[in-house]
Amino acid sequence: MINLNAGAPRGPLAEQWSSYKANCKLVNPNNKRKLDIIVVGTGLAGASAAATLGQLGYNVKSFCYQDTPRRAHSIAAQGGINAAKNYQNDGDNVFRLFYDTIKGGDYRARESNVYRLASISPEIIDLCVAQGVPFAREYGGLLANRSFGGTQVSRTFYARGQTGQQLLIGAYSALSRQIAEGTVKLYNRRDVLDIVVIDGKARGVIARNLVTGELERHSAHAVVLASGGYGNVFYLSTNAMGSNVTPAWSAYKKGALFANPCFTQIHPTCIPVHGEFQSKLTLMSESLRNDGRIWVPKEKEDAEQLRQKKIIPEQIHESKRDYYLERRYPAFGNLVPRDVASRAAKERCDEGYGVGTSGRAVFLDFSDSINRLGVEAISARYGNLFQMYERIVDDNPYQTPMMIYPAVHYTMGGLWVDYELMTTVPGLYSIGECNFSDHGANRLGASALMQGLADGYFVLPYTISAYLSNEIHTPAIQTTLPEFHSAIQGVSDRIDQLRNTKGKTSVDHFHKKLGKIMWEYCGMSRSEAGLQSALGMIGELKEEFISDVRVPGGMKEYNPELEKAWRVQDFIELGDLMVRDALQRKESCGGHFREESQTSDGEALRDDEKFAYVAAWQYKGNSAEPAMHREELRFDTVKPSQRSYK
Amino acid sequence: MALAGLFLSAFLVVHLSINLLLMADDGGKAFTAAASFMATNPFIRIAEVALFGGFLIHMLFGVGVSFRNRMSRPVRYQHKSRSETSPMSRYMVHTGIIVFIFLVLHFIDFYCIKIGLVAPPAGIERHDFYSRSMLLFSDKGYSGIYLICFLFLGFHLNHAIQAAFQTMGLNHSKYTMIIKALSTTYAVIVAGGFITIPFWFIFLR
Amino acid sequence: MNFTLKIWRQKNAADKGGLVTYTVGDISADSSFFEMLDQLNQLLIGKGEDPVSFDHDCREGICGTCSLYINGRPHGPLKGTTTCQLHMRSFRNGETIFVEPWRCGAFPVIKDLIVDRSAFDKIIQAGGYVSINSGGIPDANTIAVPKPNADAAFDAAACIGCGACVASCPNASATLFVAAKVSHLALLPQGRVEGERRVRKMVETMDHLGFGNCSNTYACEAECPKEITVANIARMNREFLAAKLFADKEKQVSFSL
Repeated sequence: MINLNAGAPRGPLAEQWSSYKANCKLVNPNNKRKLDIIVVGTGLAGASAAATLGQLGYNVKSFCYQDTPRRAHSIAAQGGINAAKNYQNDGDNVFRLFYDTIKGGDYRARESNVYRLASISPEIIDLCVAQGVPFAREYGGLLANRSFGGTQVSRTFYARGQTGQQLLIGAYSALSRQIAEGTVKLYNRRDVLDIVVIDGKARGVIARNLVTGELERHSAHAVVLASGGYGNVFYLSTNAMGSNVTPAWSAYKKGALFANPCFTQIHPTCIPVHGEFQSKLTLMSESLRNDGRIWVPKEKEDAEQLRQKKIIPEQIHESKRDYYLERRYPAFGNLVPRDVASRAAKERCDEGYGVGTSGRAVFLDFSDSINRLGVEAISARYGNLFQMYERIVDDNPYQTPMMIYPAVHYTMGGLWVDYELMTTVPGLYSIGECNFSDHGANRLGASALMQGLADGYFVLPYTISAYLSNEIHTPAIQTTLPEFHSAIQGVSDRIDQLRNTKGKTSVDHFHKKLGKIMWEYCGMSRSEAGLQSALGMIGELKEEFISDVRVPGGMKEYNPELEKAWRVQDFIELGDLMVRDALQRKESCGGHFREESQTSDGEALRDDEKFAYVAAWQYKGNSAEPAMHREELRFDTVKPSQRSYK
Repeated sequence: MALAGLFLSAFLVVHLSINLLLMADDGGKAFTAAASFMATNPFIRIAEVALFGGFLIHMLFGVGVSFRNRMSRPVRYQHKSRSETSPMSRYMVHTGIIVFIFLVLHFIDFYCIKIGLVAPPAGIERHDFYSRSMLLFSDKGYSGIYLICFLFLGFHLNHAIQAAFQTMGLNHSKYTMIIKALSTTYAVIVAGGFITIPFWFIFLR
Repeated sequence: MNFTLKIWRQKNAADKGGLVTYTVGDISADSSFFEMLDQLNQLLIGKGEDPVSFDHDCREGICGTCSLYINGRPHGPLKGTTTCQLHMRSFRNGETIFVEPWRCGAFPVIKDLIVDRSAFDKIIQAGGYVSINSGGIPDANTIAVPKPNADAAFDAAACIGCGACVASCPNASATLFVAAKVSHLALLPQGRVEGERRVRKMVETMDHLGFGNCSNTYACEAECPKEITVANIARMNREFLAAKLFADKEKQVSFSL
């Protein structure tokens, strides 16, 4: 059993980070430029980290699979970013943000990390504003806030519905400045396929140049993974098409532990799937639930008629509609948290009350609000969202109810990291969505942007110096070392294997199949029996993939099918781990709902006695079962309580 | 280029107002007086140098820029562009060349005769622009070419004036619509004004 | 629905390339343009042919990766829409659709419909930022920004860097892209500090990279998926003229510690 110790400084929660900073070892400027750091990924976490490390004078190599750092998927975040600024004078403070995040995460996150996150949050806003991020403002010229995700204070900063984009452009600009100054070298259109570990320390990566197909060796004194989440294991998700688990997965295979892989966030308000060839799901902002009422027909016959398009929703009389969230959760109604709303929608559809041609959708109806507030007021609030919906679905939400369905949106699980954001492999760090640290079993709205930027701008640049201060005598790592040779050989063998299988089935086919298994058995609600059968199906899929995948095109050229094949193979293996993790967690918590663990009225039942721990998985070889280690979670400051929205 | 263009546009107004005197029913007295003022006044002589300079700069820049612009897309699209653009803005160099051709003709017909490079037609004195104009406009072919050239000048100006404002950074949510309207009005008046003269010669006289 | 596709195929940067005709059938009107191409690629893979390469990533209209020139227009026939948000219901059943890559000397083709847009990164690297470090920043509310300026800055900052402006411009000019960044920062007090240097450097870099000049055709504005206006170009021109005419010569300051 590995002893998982987060290594947070002793002392009261509120003083831990300042005490860490006061005592942390530093690297002298002369030595910084002799130290190389690889940063994989250029989203909010990766770009902010690379830029800041470059400013400090380290030699940074930044990698992204996109054609430019500015396209990383952080760009798609809509809602906003939380910060305990208390600009609205509504009683917000660091502790309250900390408390809300711990509680929202259903008491499965580490107190020390979350407190640090909350205490850093105000600085993030200061920095982003100074970078020129055009946050929404009041007429007086100061920053505006809104309330988001059901919190009682208005602490969310936003830039229309494109907060992620604006923050990412801020980080990308800072990164561009360092590229111009020569402290950061950019490697775009690169897939990082393996992590090179020498004498137990992370010392480099093997990357494939996606344009030429060339395999490249890159060395460094430390490697930082900021490669994002793994929602695409479900095939259909709100992630970008290229989002993948590959860098994190290769770290896992090189000895880094993977924590809480089964914790997935399913967002309730996405546009439903329209057909077999759909490639991607689109999120509609959660704010829609402020004015929309969610319902399905009370009678199954009506639902059937709707599915066959024999009637339209407006024909169903008020008394024949089931506003199921208002019925089940009178206190919160349509504003229950994401996980609760998502599960309730699935439950109705599973029971046969779903609408839309597929039967996998529920209505989000604005007619009451339009009658109450007028079309103009609704259009001012949601005009762009309604427009987006109409563009995709070809229905006018002013006239007919929207249809929504839950979709995979964010993954709380990820590489296990300690207080310093270092994985169990020395010199290998993980930041942003790629790690598991701050959101527990469920992430609150507007917290992902906060975490990515906190890690990159303000945490990692300090904590990495603690490690690098011991590396100042290590000369530049040679890429001719045998560990690089064997790593590159391994990558090239696997590519050959993929290309030489010459089977009959395309990569997408396997990906879709995996997605269906994961969605069905390891999605919104999970059961022992379902998970057991999923384990078998994934095993078969893994074999089938190895023997029957078809990857056209060559190795030394631009070959998107080859990229996908590598990613999907990793996803299949990850799927197996997620199912194992879901199996061992026999409680319901946050995004993880175990059917065996619910109250008499069907609500999630958490089990703090047995499951107040982080499950961190260790790779034991391709055919062996992974081993699980526990980091026990201690709640010294907040007392865990059951969430209730009745 | 924008500045030179605006300068040339100002010149066009002067030229037009003198030309319109051709239509005065006084046997060319007013026109000749204006023409000889233009030919002898020392300030105008200096302005004339600036005018040649303006033309030269405008044309050299224009041709240079459009050459560079063509070079910046070495492989062209297979499908014709369907992007909406400001009217005729794609064809500024083309309309410009048509205007230039007219300018060459105009030069031969008037300026070269004035300075004695080319012999005037029989019976017309070197400085007698009025009779020269009368003779040219009585030729239907010449009038036709003249008409077409000024039509294209109109297209050129319609885009050019407002574009010059934009190039110099003068774009405003309130005033740009006005500038665009004035630009079109100007183009219609100038091109229309010049075109009126051959019409008047052919049909009304 | 059925379509005839004329798609630009080009093996690599050195290959000459040309249009190849394909037909696809049984396409749902609700499919996105990319989902239609996905189906074509599944067909090609089935037949053992090389699938068509195209750039795409978020498929929700924000990352700016997608870059198809469809029937003579970047991002196809809809206004204010990226290729990934274009659906097949915008086309007639049986229609012939031309699909080409962005064309510009500064955007060389990598393969098929994919071009290299790193020239845009170079322009941003020349000055599309506020030169500050992460740390020691005063409270965000110490800077008041008039709301109209903040809103206009946002409008300009909405640029997704897709390059449709360059693709649509008869001169392959990147002026709207540069102007959007210059405007975004020029409208905010934070960005004003180094405004003169920024506009000069960015414009010079753009010229140096081989983009064409702006001749005010406004095709860029008509095609920009984020509907960024040419008023930003005028603002950049103002900034540029002022920087060129009135700014002092940059002095080299030498110092020793």
